[in-house]
Amino acid sequence: MSNILVYALHHEGAINKNSLGAISTASKLAGELGGEAHVVLVGEDISDDVAGSVGTYGAAKALRVNAPAGVAQPVVDALAKVAGDGDYAYAIFGGGLLGFEAGAGLAARLGGGIAVEITDVRVDGGQLVAERPVLGDSQISEIKFDGFGVVVARLNAFEPVQSGSAVAVEDVSVDLSDASGKVTVVTRGEQRGADVNIEDAQVLITGGRGLGKPENFSLAEDLAGAFGGSAGVAATRAAVDAGWFPYAGQIGQTGKTVAPKLYVGLGVSGAIQHKVGMQSSDAIVAINKDANAPIFEFADLGVVGDLHAITPALTEAIKAKKG
Amino acid sequence: MTKIVVLVKEVPDAAVQKKVGADGRLDRSGEKTLNPFDTHAIEAALQLKESGALQVDEVVAITVGPAGAEKALHKAVSLGADRSIHLADDALAGSDVVATGYALAELVKRESPDLVLLGQQSDDGQSYAVGAVVAEYLGWPGLTQVIKLDVDGTTVTAERQAEYGYDTVKVELPAVLSVGDAINEPRYPSLKAIMGAKKKPLEKLTIADAGIDASKVGAEGSKAKWQSAKEPPAKAAGTIIEDEDTAKTVEQIVAWLDERKLI
Ligand SMILES: Cc1cc2nc3c(=O)[nH]c(=O)nc-3n(C[C@H](O)[C@H](O)[C@H](O)COP(=O)(O)OP(=O)(O)OC[C@H]3O[C@@H](n4cnc5c(N)ncnc54)[C@H](O)[C@@H]3O)c2cc1C
Ligand SMILES: Nc1ncnc2c1ncn2[C@@H]1O[C@H](COP(=O)(O)O)[C@@H](O)[C@H]1O
Repeated sequence: MSNILVYALHHEGAINKNSLGAISTASKLAGELGGEAHVVLVGEDISDDVAGSVGTYGAAKALRVNAPAGVAQPVVDALAKVAGDGDYAYAIFGGGLLGFEAGAGLAARLGGGIAVEITDVRVDGGQLVAERPVLGDSQISEIKFDGFGVVVARLNAFEPVQSGSAVAVEDVSVDLSDASGKVTVVTRGEQRGADVNIEDAQVLITGGRGLGKPENFSLAEDLAGAFGGSAGVAATRAAVDAGWFPYAGQIGQTGKTVAPKLYVGLGVSGAIQHKVGMQSSDAIVAINKDANAPIFEFADLGVVGDLHAITPALTEAIKAKKG
Repeated sequence: MTKIVVLVKEVPDAAVQKKVGADGRLDRSGEKTLNPFDTHAIEAALQLKESGALQVDEVVAITVGPAGAEKALHKAVSLGADRSIHLADDALAGSDVVATGYALAELVKRESPDLVLLGQQSDDGQSYAVGAVVAEYLGWPGLTQVIKLDVDGTTVTAERQAEYGYDTVKVELPAVLSVGDAINEPRYPSLKAIMGAKKKPLEKLTIADAGIDASKVGAEGSKAKWQSAKEPPAKAAGTIIEDEDTAKTVEQIVAWLDERKLI
């Protein structure tokens, strides 16, 4: 019982970077356990090239299941079938929304356990030990499994590492459960709002729900304008879901990962799912009126106050400074 | 005629300084409150009922938690749930996500609702996973992080943001849906509703009452074993400025940025 299953999320012909990281990590861990990493891909249009490419990240097998992509139930059906037919003790997901859903469903179906938001996994005494940061990352708890273990990584926690070569693709046929037949994806990956680019900006002014209304994004635009050059504006999911800002400009778990020289949060609480997309920024500045906001735990400069008063004054001061 | 079950959790109040116990799990002592994310699930249920989108007879709030957790149920009822159920049993202590989801699914089965709603995440557990576990144990379709819900007969059209953008998904009822906090603006309970909350039916159950298999819950029945906690590598604490005089605050920010050549 030492092989590790990995679910590879893919969309439009590309495997998700976090899934590739999970494959590399699983392959390393499986090696230490004396087993292999086997990758399951679920979709209706996955080419041999795409599926087989998992080998170049360390997978020993690529298992392709022809079932609808984009929802969790068929993924649970696929992984449960493969797990039942072979020798597997663990499944690793690279995170993302589907990772949480499918991982939880799989753990329940196999009567196992699940650990989410995992930042590191090691082998100890022939078993996996997963590290889970808790309490705004101020503590790390360790989780082991008694029975089948499902590990769902935190976004960007596992780095893809190239090793090995493409593998042959095996098609696995799976009987879908009733629940799978009751979920239908109508549209997937709709890009709401303009196609803004936030990944190349050196300075990112990020607006959160604390801006209060969509018009107030002008405060962020003006501040970015004062910095000039390659300064841009980004947003939290709360602001994007509310329709205040384009999805393409969202940072976090289900948005973009950015690492500008300077990140400035205006009315951003600093939830973990946001933090995972921007924590590699060189300098983090936060303006928030709540001294207990989680963002102050990881900001390099935290300003406790009303963004409506501070931001316009800051914009003017920066303009004046630049002359 | 339909019934909606809303799963709600009691969590430590946001203002409480939280810590981790020797067992690596969160110490949940201190002042508690209804998980703020769950008020969006209650609101979603009420809006379905009030808009007539679904002919809802009853909205039932259910929690699994220690004695005292009925406070969260009182809040749920004051917000508009018709009655509530509290599963409390010493045997549940130490239940992991799968064990908790299993117990919740057993409670849902007793009610056989048409729709189960949850919050996007618990403020303390933050696994975003309980909904998917409940759906799996019920054998029902499930979706999480839903920010728009339209019901037509027994078909729900749901929208949510996933890793590649917004997805629109159709789900056949009965189903289990967790709602994102952008789905609505929860109402505040009226004083009258707060006063009346304790009069609405609250059923207290033990695991034996609910027919829950004791071997599948509690620390023993949980397959994810939490161990000790450790400190992450120390990180230099940031500078904090309390804004008292905005002109001065801005001067300090500019100086800080300038020192780091960020302007
Ligand atoms: C599976 C999953 C995936 C997610 N993915 C993402 C993601 O990709 N990206 C993301 O960002 N989030 C994501 N989230 C949501 C995340 O959990 C938070 O809900 C979100 O980041 C909060 O956005 P916010 O900071 O804008 O809003 P809030 O948390 O509501 O914070 C608003 C802040 O503004 C402050 N404020 C209010 N008024 C003022 C004022 N006048 N002056 C100064 N400060 C003020 C408040 O004190 C508060 O701290 C995800 C959640 C889940 C469960
Ligand atoms: N013990 C519990 N009792 C009732 N509902 C719960 C419990 N734990 C979690 N939930 C529900 O599951 C949602 C997601 O929680 P979590 O998976 O812990 O992030 C919460 O918003 C609640 O709606």
